[in-house]
Amino acid sequence: MPRKTMVEAIRDGMDVMMGRDENVVVFGEDVGYFGGVFRATQGLQAKYGKSRCFDAPISELGIVGAAIGMAAYGLRPCVEVQFADYMYPAYDQIVSEAARLRYRSNGDFTCPLVVRMPTGGGISGGQTHSQSPEALFTHVSGLKTVVPSNPNDAKGLLICAIEDPDPVIFLEPKRLYNGPFDGHHDRPIIPWSKHELGEVPEGHYRVPLGKAAIRREGAAISVLAYGTMVHVAMAAAAETGIDAEIIDLRSLLPLDLETIVASVRKTGRCVIIHEATLTSGFGAELSALVQENCFFELEAPIRRVTGWDTPYPHAQEWDYFPGPQRVGRAFLEVVNGE
Amino acid sequence: MNDRSPLSLHVPEPAVRPGGKPDFSSVRIPSAGSVPRPEVDVDPESIHDLAFSIIRVLNREGEAVGPWAGMLSDEELLEGLRHMMTLRTFDARMLMAQRQGKTSFYMQHMGEEAVSCAFRKALEPGDMNFPTYRQAGLLIAAGYSLVEMMNEIFSNEKDPLKGRQMPVLYSSKALGFFSVSGNLATQFIQAVGWAMASAIKHDTRIAAGWVGDGATAESDFHAALVFASTYAAPVVLNIVNNQWAISTFQGIARGGAGTFAARGLGFGIPSLRVDGNDYLAVYAVARWAIERARRNLGPTLVEYVTYRVGAHSTSDDPAAYRPKTESDSWPLGDPVIRLKNHLILRGAWSEARHKQAEAEILDTVVTAQKEAESHGTLHAGGKPSVRDMFEGVYAEMPPHLRRQRQQAGV
Ligand SMILES: Cc1ncc(C[n+]2csc(CCOP(=O)(O)OP(=O)(O)O)c2C)c(N)n1
Ligand SMILES: [Mg+2]
Repeated sequence: MPRKTMVEAIRDGMDVMMGRDENVVVFGEDVGYFGGVFRATQGLQAKYGKSRCFDAPISELGIVGAAIGMAAYGLRPCVEVQFADYMYPAYDQIVSEAARLRYRSNGDFTCPLVVRMPTGGGISGGQTHSQSPEALFTHVSGLKTVVPSNPNDAKGLLICAIEDPDPVIFLEPKRLYNGPFDGHHDRPIIPWSKHELGEVPEGHYRVPLGKAAIRREGAAISVLAYGTMVHVAMAAAAETGIDAEIIDLRSLLPLDLETIVASVRKTGRCVIIHEATLTSGFGAELSALVQENCFFELEAPIRRVTGWDTPYPHAQEWDYFPGPQRVGRAFLEVVNGE
Repeated sequence: MNDRSPLSLHVPEPAVRPGGKPDFSSVRIPSAGSVPRPEVDVDPESIHDLAFSIIRVLNREGEAVGPWAGMLSDEELLEGLRHMMTLRTFDARMLMAQRQGKTSFYMQHMGEEAVSCAFRKALEPGDMNFPTYRQAGLLIAAGYSLVEMMNEIFSNEKDPLKGRQMPVLYSSKALGFFSVSGNLATQFIQAVGWAMASAIKHDTRIAAGWVGDGATAESDFHAALVFASTYAAPVVLNIVNNQWAISTFQGIARGGAGTFAARGLGFGIPSLRVDGNDYLAVYAVARWAIERARRNLGPTLVEYVTYRVGAHSTSDDPAAYRPKTESDSWPLGDPVIRLKNHLILRGAWSEARHKQAEAEILDTVVTAQKEAESHGTLHAGGKPSVRDMFEGVYAEMPPHLRRQRQQAGV
């Protein structure tokens, strides 16, 4: 099977859907001729023409607002916000409009829309190229939120997101675009061509929204992670020797609660990790759900390992980022009951 | 219905793409000196044509001509030349430092030096700029320390912003330079607010907002125009039209309007276009707009017509989206060379003195760089502390953050 980078897989997902469905349109800042600053849409304008893939003015509100109008017409827009950090001008359109259109019109109008955004840190991008705003979306009724951790999932999830009848926020961990980054920033970069999840089937296939994947089976603790942190968790498990069960959530909403609960009931311990800040982060929701569903099986308090509650810094990036050391320490503490 | 022909989507395209021959034949350049200079209290409705022309002072021969000429002395012009040369040398050294891994990222001004350098010269102490990342000339022309700027770029132990911000997102209240945001256009409306505050407090200080051609598409830009118009705010609203927004040519943001300056007309704001590569023209127009603000006559919108000669940033390669030689064909020339030639023509400068100044400036910048590097670079030597990461989120650190700082062991 061909191996692809995550950028190539995402491009392939859009390509497949544009080929199958004439209603799929792709636009955003620098997305047309140039193919996007991360090159995710490279070649799509040449292949499908300027009415199906084009540059947008620098207005995130405009991009999402126009996409909602197109979706209301019957198209299936898949738009790019250049960095998740720049979605705030579009937030009103996402929250007040896209998310509620079906409900408020009782299905008279719907919004089959995908908003792709590179998310997360690890690229020396400081506070405006590193944020992880997933909780700002999962908190909104009417939105689905997806965070792939590898090329294989990214393509299959993106295809499902584009086929979905409702708006989907598709967060792409940018540090994973070219390789499975495990938080060891001082080590050579491993390319996706060396990773089995870099295998991306040709053509159309689905990875359903709402289904987690167990990346590593284990008996000692259940680790709930998504995006880049899946790879950090894998490294932490290998380095601590803790027999962790690592669950890649893949989609935060809908959430695969069944897989989570089954795992925590088995291990009796749970560590939740994300790059985003701690307070009111998605980890708080996960923690509440685990507590509500697994209280009697829990043998230790649930632990969260996250970014600190500060803006994302430039120079202190690796003190901010919850890397394998911090995550590994939490594994040990939770298992040893410290 | 059936006799209607089907609709089609219009997507603007630049005149040429890579592989093509650069073509600026559609850029209409009026001759220097040909645009009149109205009184500052002119009725905005009577100067609509200034939004579609280009105010220019330096002609092809290097002479300063027309009603906007004659505002600066030899000494002032020499100082301006030095500012632009310093900015250019600073950029060259910092680009090299980025390539050497001393910092993560850099953004240069090549070709646009006159805009921020000349504008700053027209301001007074206490006035406040709300800049983008491409106006470091405001700092250099205000006499900001090059070492301090480099400390920020290197995120070292002396970084005035404690390593929190990416390179070039400087902040200096003392020199009238508002903290640069990475989020485009947010500052444009803030400039209007600052100016309104000055009016509320019967102050005499004015504000200047800055935005790129691409970022004018953001709603913040339009909010700025309506607030500035409604409250007749003492603000100069500057659009730097350098033809490109990363890979996107200015036609995508401009749409069907003839110019960016024309955006101001519907708001009743006097709107001018100026040759952004002409130090004298930029200064003259800045003076005019600043005087309007200072005399409580309200806002002015200024479009600087210039060209982004370099890449958008160190993360960008323009060869992918525009002809490699496009900048050589840019009809408004190079701001440093144009001012240099003018000063030579005035008898105030010479090739030999220019060479010497280049060497002196390089020496100054290299000396500053050595000092900055002695305090560390992004991956080597002195660093801001991890404690600094937790400080400054609030005036007083709340308990939850204190706990987290303890957990981090700092
Ligand atoms: C809200 C927001 N959206 C997108 C970006 C990404 N971005 C950074 S610079 C840039 C292009 C800006 O072009 P322009 O306004 O013309 O300024 P120039 O870089 O040419 O000086 C873009 C799209 C951003 N920083 N902020
Ligand atoms: Mg521009």
